[in-house]
Amino acid sequence: MRLGYPPSIRIVLVPCTGKVDLIHILRSFEKGADGVCVIGCLEGDCRYQGGNLRARKRVEKAQEILEKIGFSGERVRMYNLSSSDAPKFVRFMTEMDELIRNLGPNPIKSTGGQR
Amino acid sequence: MIVAKQKPLEEIIEEVKDFNRILIAGCNECVTVCEAGGRKEVAVLASSLRMYFAKEGLDRKVDEVTLQRQCDSEYLEEIRSIVDDYDAILSLACGAGVQFMAEKYPKKIVLPGLDTLFMGVTEERGVWSERCQGCGQCILSYTAGICPISRCAKRLLNGPCGGATKGHCEIDKDVPCAWNLIIERLKELNRLSDYEKLISIKDWSTERAGGPRRITREDVR
Repeated sequence: MRLGYPPSIRIVLVPCTGKVDLIHILRSFEKGADGVCVIGCLEGDCRYQGGNLRARKRVEKAQEILEKIGFSGERVRMYNLSSSDAPKFVRFMTEMDELIRNLGPNPIKSTGGQR
Repeated sequence: MIVAKQKPLEEIIEEVKDFNRILIAGCNECVTVCEAGGRKEVAVLASSLRMYFAKEGLDRKVDEVTLQRQCDSEYLEEIRSIVDDYDAILSLACGAGVQFMAEKYPKKIVLPGLDTLFMGVTEERGVWSERCQGCGQCILSYTAGICPISRCAKRLLNGPCGGATKGHCEIDKDVPCAWNLIIERLKELNRLSDYEKLISIKDWSTERAGGPRRITREDVR
């Protein structure tokens, strides 16, 4: 199954989405990412019991912070899928790509503030 | 530990927005445990502020440091060589830390990033509750180890009052009645007879009512 997904997506591997901290999400934006999606296992299927549930809470916190500083909270999203479900992965990534294209680039890029 | 929570981001932005060089100073003790002002929270706040300023097109420097404690001179001294590089210090310590920082660096603007709330415990991760008000005269030996000063809304020394319903306080049905807890624990300890003993009038001069408190111990000076 050789499915393509948007080339704008850059994958960062983590052992479990429970490893993803709030600061990792924020630093991505600080370094110029236009959007971040955290892709965890299906809820209830976490190998470490609740890593994906923790990740969801952190994503929600990141959304709240981004809204407060004038970014759109929609730029960060949580997805859940089975690692063997390639078509769904492609669908999610295409959706994310479209969402971010509609929102436009990271606001700090237009002010030259990217670090 | 001293429990605090971070001020709303909007309020923090309002505090710091007119300063060009800002140092965010965390504290490795109580506020790290209650996840309000430790290294992690400093990093998140600094990142948020940097992004906010960048988005607004403002050229601001926001740096991070986390001290072991902000309520002890020796740790505050660790930043003496760098404080002049900043226009303001945003302290994520409790109110004591913020004030001691300001005392140590009298010419520096020191701002609070947290609202300090109470002395309490971690019931579970993300849930902290009050246990002590520092009244200066502990009566826990008479009250089965449960403090009516900090946990009874009326601070009754001989309770409960008539407002308790089904073991909960009239101020909020989720707040357990301290005196109900005391009686239940006395029962379990087989010391219900202690409940019959009246606790005499408390000397509140050892509490905050007596003015700012200070202790001096000659044996350790």
